[in-house]
Amino acid sequence: MPYDCIVCVKQVPDTANITAEAMNPDGTVNRAALPAIFNPEDLNALEAALDVRDRFGGTVTAISMGPPKAADVLRECLYRGADRVILITDCRAAASDTLATSYILSQAIKTIGRYDIVFCGRQAIDGDTAQVGPQLAEKLGLPQITYMEELVAIEDGRIRVRRSNGRGWQLVECSLPLLITVAGNANVPRPPSARRIMRFKRARAEAEIVAEVRRLMPEAPEEQCHQEVQCRLQALAAQQLRIEQWDLERIGADLSRCGLAGSPTKVHRIQSIVFSKKGYRDIPPTEEGIRQLIRELVVDRILG
Amino acid sequence: MGNYFLDNEDIQFLFKFLNLREIAALQETDSPNGDADYAPVDIDDAVDNYWRVLELVGEIAADYLAPHAEPIDREGNRLREDGTVELHPLVRENLKRMKQADLMGFTLPRKYGGLNCPNIVYTMATEIVSRADASFMNFFGLQGIAETIYAFADEPLKEAVLPRFARGEVTGAMVLTEPDAGSDLQAVRLRAWQDSDGRWYLSGVKRFITNGCGDILLVLARSEPDIIDGRGLSLFFTERNERIRVRHLEEKLGIHGSPTCELVFDDAPAQLIGERQRGLITYVMALMNGARVSVAAQSLGIAEAAYRLARNYAHTRQQFGGPIEKLPPVAQMVVDMRVGIEAARALVYHTSCVCDMENNNQRLLEWKTDLSPEEKQHRRQLARTLRRINAMLTPMSKYYASEMACWVANTAIQVLGGSGYMRDYAAERYFRDARITTIYEGTSQLQIVAAVRAVVAGTLESALTEFESHTYADETLHRLQRALIDAKPHLLEAIAFVKRQSPGYLDLVGRHLVDAAIVLICGHLLLRQAEAWDRKRFVAERYIRSQLPAFKMCCEQALAGDVLPLEAYEVIAGPPLPSG
Repeated sequence: MPYDCIVCVKQVPDTANITAEAMNPDGTVNRAALPAIFNPEDLNALEAALDVRDRFGGTVTAISMGPPKAADVLRECLYRGADRVILITDCRAAASDTLATSYILSQAIKTIGRYDIVFCGRQAIDGDTAQVGPQLAEKLGLPQITYMEELVAIEDGRIRVRRSNGRGWQLVECSLPLLITVAGNANVPRPPSARRIMRFKRARAEAEIVAEVRRLMPEAPEEQCHQEVQCRLQALAAQQLRIEQWDLERIGADLSRCGLAGSPTKVHRIQSIVFSKKGYRDIPPTEEGIRQLIRELVVDRILG
Repeated sequence: MGNYFLDNEDIQFLFKFLNLREIAALQETDSPNGDADYAPVDIDDAVDNYWRVLELVGEIAADYLAPHAEPIDREGNRLREDGTVELHPLVRENLKRMKQADLMGFTLPRKYGGLNCPNIVYTMATEIVSRADASFMNFFGLQGIAETIYAFADEPLKEAVLPRFARGEVTGAMVLTEPDAGSDLQAVRLRAWQDSDGRWYLSGVKRFITNGCGDILLVLARSEPDIIDGRGLSLFFTERNERIRVRHLEEKLGIHGSPTCELVFDDAPAQLIGERQRGLITYVMALMNGARVSVAAQSLGIAEAAYRLARNYAHTRQQFGGPIEKLPPVAQMVVDMRVGIEAARALVYHTSCVCDMENNNQRLLEWKTDLSPEEKQHRRQLARTLRRINAMLTPMSKYYASEMACWVANTAIQVLGGSGYMRDYAAERYFRDARITTIYEGTSQLQIVAAVRAVVAGTLESALTEFESHTYADETLHRLQRALIDAKPHLLEAIAFVKRQSPGYLDLVGRHLVDAAIVLICGHLLLRQAEAWDRKRFVAERYIRSQLPAFKMCCEQALAGDVLPLEAYEVIAGPPLPSG
């Protein structure tokens, strides 16, 4: 029996490769030193959804809320096999905390309508809250299973999942539809497909096309730009390369619950950590890097 | 999250330096697309696709293949009792990733689900994969099987088989070698016979078959029992079935992830590919030429991996109060490893581009229906020229890159010293893996036999004349070019001398002539690169300065007329030794 899955994905700054330049001296994040990447555990969520489709049939729809640049991660979803992607972008959604974000995502998912499973990554590496998935489930009125490590079975409208409880694991069974947050050890995300890269590398959302046209025709009057944008969007749609883009009206969101207005979270204090130690060596944070370090320690008789 | 393409500035430089737009234009002209929705919209788009595909290969190599290489090397594959092979779980995992990434139909036309990449991009990808795991290259690099089917089989077979290759559902093997037919394939005995309905069957034994447990086998067999040489051989297609058994899995020095099989054919049904009697002389020769470039690329990848390990070690290892890279002999080793890799890469990539020109020219000549008589004439002439140049460059590349890889892997162990000899580091694996490259797909000695014919027949001279006609505005580059030009007569003198001797003498000193020719060709190639990238000026200078003395030595050895290895063989080698 086929299942329709929705995956929530986020573009985040690459906090795993932090260098001394990651923070500005004033304590704010230096975005230029942190490349934007696909939130790692959202890749696990995407893989879980694609795996359900591979095994049982159905569809995978990926949604992302963020600035127009977030279309990058949606293209990545297309490269890996997503059937449909939707960008939720609206400047009034900026500065949303987890409460406002989960509200906006819930409205978007209600707009999509039919689904069996909503997958989210366990948590994002920028905020590290792990709140959006659970809050989203509450707002959608769905049961939730967090920290999935293995999708054991789906049969007769019920799903069985092995989840981590921190010190061990639990086998949980639940009826569909539901929301699942996926842990990083649940699977190994598939690589992008070369053919799909060639096919979808030109997929664009409207906001990207608008920016592109403005860049190409900086002097042109508004009306001419608008026409050019429409023309390009039609061409994209004809090739099935248009990334759907929804704003807050499209998903019927209550503006008072979005963006700064809908975000009660207050940042208490930001600490700027300055690296001051001199004379260190970079060990790449990879298997090979660690193995090399351990070998050197063994060879030098520091270990073992 | 590494990337073996994006961390390799030389491959990226060559991607931009080599004229990929021209090659893409050729590759895309009249290429069969079927109803593929991922075809490029124009030439720049095609080149952009190549870049993205290499990025993808680089990511998979670094993140998936490389971390698996060590356990696969330690544990290897397993032969089951029923004559089938159980691949190491991580080898299967690697294959799954390549399949998910759509990388197993790399050069096939889009009509069959392939990526339609030119050979040069495939060569780069093969190098990148081999740097991660040289043994896995024997799965990725055997796409030549599919290319051979594409080039020579009939359409129904192509349509039945090629999409399965492109989807990554099957891997293949070229089944040539037998216990008594190694380098001398004309001696192949495996019997192909027909029943009264004209169906073909294969019967006999094949040995040392790389990935012989693969699904699709291209088998060289004797279809004409009365013709004892290569003209009695034909090429057959067969799929794995119960009448083909793996009798033995070889235990090898290196490339442990690649299963090397002894196969027994027990009247296995098969299908003839192309025409009878052209098996060895046409089809296998074409297959082998492609495979030789692949092994050259594999050699580059192993050398690159070994070099990087040694370079880091030289930087971090402290002795005598500082890093060992400050010691002149270590600095020299490190620099000459890198220069050797870049010289070989220049030669292999150049060769690969010439292959693209030759293959596409041939394809257009055979398939394009609307060629004007003038264009047909032009293309025919071009085909002859390219075939002649490639007949020299392909064996030269395979020979030089594989010998370089062995030397670099050996030197990497030297840089690591005692640590390099231990299994704690990958250096010893690189060394063991490199060692096969001078042997399979034709030994170095056979490559020299092929290359030296072209060297003495004037192909070298015309190639050099073209390089020499280039004018360098830069004074250093001009001076270095002058040095190469001034050296050439020495080699021509040696060639003239050798031609006056017995044919056996040519075989005896072939290596010296080919070595000398390579110095001149690689020297010119590096000089051209130096025009586009300042760093390469130093590489070219070091290469030419260090290699010209070796060049002179080669010429003098050829001119020495020493035939003692032949005439005094018994005296020097002594009588045959009792075995055991």
